[in-house]
Amino acid sequence: MSRPIVIVGAGLAGLSAALAAAENGIKAKLVSELPSERAQSVMAEGGINAALNTKGEGDSTEQHFADTIAAACGLAAPNAVRGLVEAAPDIVRRLLSLGVQFNMSGFDDIDLRNFGGQRKKRTAFAQSDTGKQIMAAMIDEVRKYEAKGLVERYSHHAFMTLLLRDSVCCGCAVRDCYTGELVPLDGGAVIVATGGMHGLFGNTTGSLLNTGAAAAELFRLGVPIANAEFIQYHPTTAEHGGKRFLISEAARGEGGRLFVMRGGKPWYFMEEKYPEFGNLMPRDIVSREVWEHGKSAQVFLDMREIPSEVMKKKLSGIIDDCIAYLRIDPQKEPLPISPGIHYFMGGIQVDGRHRTVFPGLYAAGECCCQYHGANRLGGNSLLGAIYGGAIAANSAMDELSDSAKTTMPALPGAAAPQEALNKLNSVMQSSLGIVRDRETLVAGLAELEGMPGNLPLLGRAVLMSAVRREESRGGHFRSDFPERDDDRFLRATVARFDGSRITVSFEKIQEGR
Amino acid sequence: MAFTVKIKRQENAESESYWQSFLCDGNADMSVAAVLNEMNRRVPLIDADGSGADPVAWECGCLVRKCGACAMRINGLPRLACNTFLRDLKDGAATIEPLSKFPLVRDLVVDRGIVFNNLKTLNLWLDGEAHMSDWTHELRYQSAKCLMCGCCLEVCPNFSPGGDFAGAVAAISGFRVFDQSHQSKHLGEVAAAYRKRYFEGCGRSLSCHDICPIGLPVEELMVRSNAAAVWGR
Ligand SMILES: Cc1cc2nc3c(=O)[nH]c(=O)nc-3n(C[C@H](O)[C@H](O)[C@H](O)COP(=O)(O)OP(=O)(O)OC[C@H]3O[C@@H](n4cnc5c(N)ncnc54)[C@H](O)[C@@H]3O)c2cc1C
Ligand code: FES
Repeated sequence: MSRPIVIVGAGLAGLSAALAAAENGIKAKLVSELPSERAQSVMAEGGINAALNTKGEGDSTEQHFADTIAAACGLAAPNAVRGLVEAAPDIVRRLLSLGVQFNMSGFDDIDLRNFGGQRKKRTAFAQSDTGKQIMAAMIDEVRKYEAKGLVERYSHHAFMTLLLRDSVCCGCAVRDCYTGELVPLDGGAVIVATGGMHGLFGNTTGSLLNTGAAAAELFRLGVPIANAEFIQYHPTTAEHGGKRFLISEAARGEGGRLFVMRGGKPWYFMEEKYPEFGNLMPRDIVSREVWEHGKSAQVFLDMREIPSEVMKKKLSGIIDDCIAYLRIDPQKEPLPISPGIHYFMGGIQVDGRHRTVFPGLYAAGECCCQYHGANRLGGNSLLGAIYGGAIAANSAMDELSDSAKTTMPALPGAAAPQEALNKLNSVMQSSLGIVRDRETLVAGLAELEGMPGNLPLLGRAVLMSAVRREESRGGHFRSDFPERDDDRFLRATVARFDGSRITVSFEKIQEGR
Repeated sequence: MAFTVKIKRQENAESESYWQSFLCDGNADMSVAAVLNEMNRRVPLIDADGSGADPVAWECGCLVRKCGACAMRINGLPRLACNTFLRDLKDGAATIEPLSKFPLVRDLVVDRGIVFNNLKTLNLWLDGEAHMSDWTHELRYQSAKCLMCGCCLEVCPNFSPGGDFAGAVAAISGFRVFDQSHQSKHLGEVAAAYRKRYFEGCGRSLSCHDICPIGLPVEELMVRSNAAAVWGR
């Protein structure tokens, strides 16, 4: 019997990896701090991309490839993206056969909507709860293998550290959050799928569960972090309860418009400046425009022209949420919005097969750096999580090690106290705005200097990556270097920790190891 | 707006519980979850009597009623903290306790593992491709929206965590399995388990329907699951 694969994180990427393993008869130990139902993946609203071409627009995987690569501004690995977009139609059809309640159109066709940065309707959706609907079906399917004993859940367990033997990964140590007990989990491979490093910032649109602690521990152990400075601001968010509240891109995909008041009349600035894509330019551009216009006036998202039938069938959740949380009915009033941190294009460095530099250690989903380059297209991350999770599991199965026996390693120091976390969050937020410059980044670094703990260490790596990239590209905009500089920076930023210092280097965009 | 939050605290399952109050200042549109987050960010956290307090243990994730983590008893009723707003609370005071039906872990954290385990022992999954009828699309969508927060089990007169009765979660989730399955041995097994673990134990109080924090059509899902499992319709 092969040794099991340990999967840390039970969102979409973790579930996908567990399914791929179990379907091949390999046992998966599925670890997560809270059950899958609580993972950030359930929050995804807008949809998942696949060139299904059900709308008669002549869409193709080639076009999906071209749009993804263009949005990524040269930093996405073409081979990996090719694999992603080619797998997409089958992934979405498989989800349908698992019982995902996608909106349908015509006779048995999956309906598709417009999404930012895409020339065709390519985003499959389930009203405005796509993530939750996909998760419910995936959880049902994984449950089948739980009952067969092929997936063993360790819910309420937090990742602590890796079990390593000569830098080969042989499992990990987790802590039972209920009892405090430390549990070593032996495995022939470990797949990390712990989501984005939202906890570095504290007030993103993402789940408060995604603290970034697991990625930070891997970084401390010497696993490189790539493209960490590429952080996606979503153009349409609002403040609620100390966190950013998202109004999905689906709102603009279905006809919502951005405006500011000028001379007593609404000025639809995106439509004027970008006639082809209008309000649906890639997010880096829309966010910068909203930020720019927001300096002198309130920017609004206007959904009033969307037909009520479309609102009801495709966006009903968004309306309810705006009424509950913002106390505004978007059918009657425009919504005041501003950009907020939403997605991390960068993360744990992996190759085209989702391998990290440590043999036996893989990463998938939002925690890793793959597919999205300098800017992610909405709808590509659910896809990347499902696809990447399966690729990681396939790689792990090909390379399952059978060595065992390690001793319990030294554990990282205690988590940062609340005071330190508050400071880290405020430094990260103020240094890594939509528009950055050397001065604020360096000042932020100085403030984090000497702060103990893994999260501040990871925070410093993100800031140093942003300092070193002296250009503007995708989600990284430097007012002191406003131009794109391909000669120096058509490369991935790679931050490493050698036990005493962090170094940042630039590496060629990979084509697979 | 100034208000008081009174929280039932308990170090662990064995220790004695006690009440601790905190003074807060916020606007009426804040959710209880936002208040708890704000409190836990205070350094130091001081209670209403001026004594130092440990951060309050509780579970939360999305803060927008999508993950079910933050269910707790607020002024006597099980609710989602992120979907309960100060404006809705009487007298500007909130009394917060953990759900009482589940084993206590610490403060407001309880072990809801039984909810997930029940779905597993009921064999709730599809054996084969989903068969999707247009007519029931919306109901299947509602079925899949269930947050597994446990509020419906908290108010259910027939549910106890040690018992065999699986509660409304089984009927809600069961619907999409019954509705999308072809006739099969597996379906027969699910129906049999459902009759025993849900249908025969349910006293039809429908308190589950009224309490659902996201307003799922619990009664309709239940009626239809019963019809499928008991009468094969
Ligand atoms: C509001 C919102 C809307 C979105 N809408 C869309 C959309 O429409 N389309 C799209 O493509 N993308 C969307 N996204 C992005 C997308 O949701 C995420 O990128 C994707 O769900 C990530 O999946 P994941 O499996 O990598 O991680 P997650 O779903 O975040 O799961 C992470 C898992 O890791 C666990 N975990 C974390 N840390 C630890 C630890 N230390 N120890 C143990 N377990 C741990 C968590 O408990 C969880 O199970 C949206 C994001 C947000 C926030
Ligand atoms: S925090 Fe997710 S439902 Fe309340």
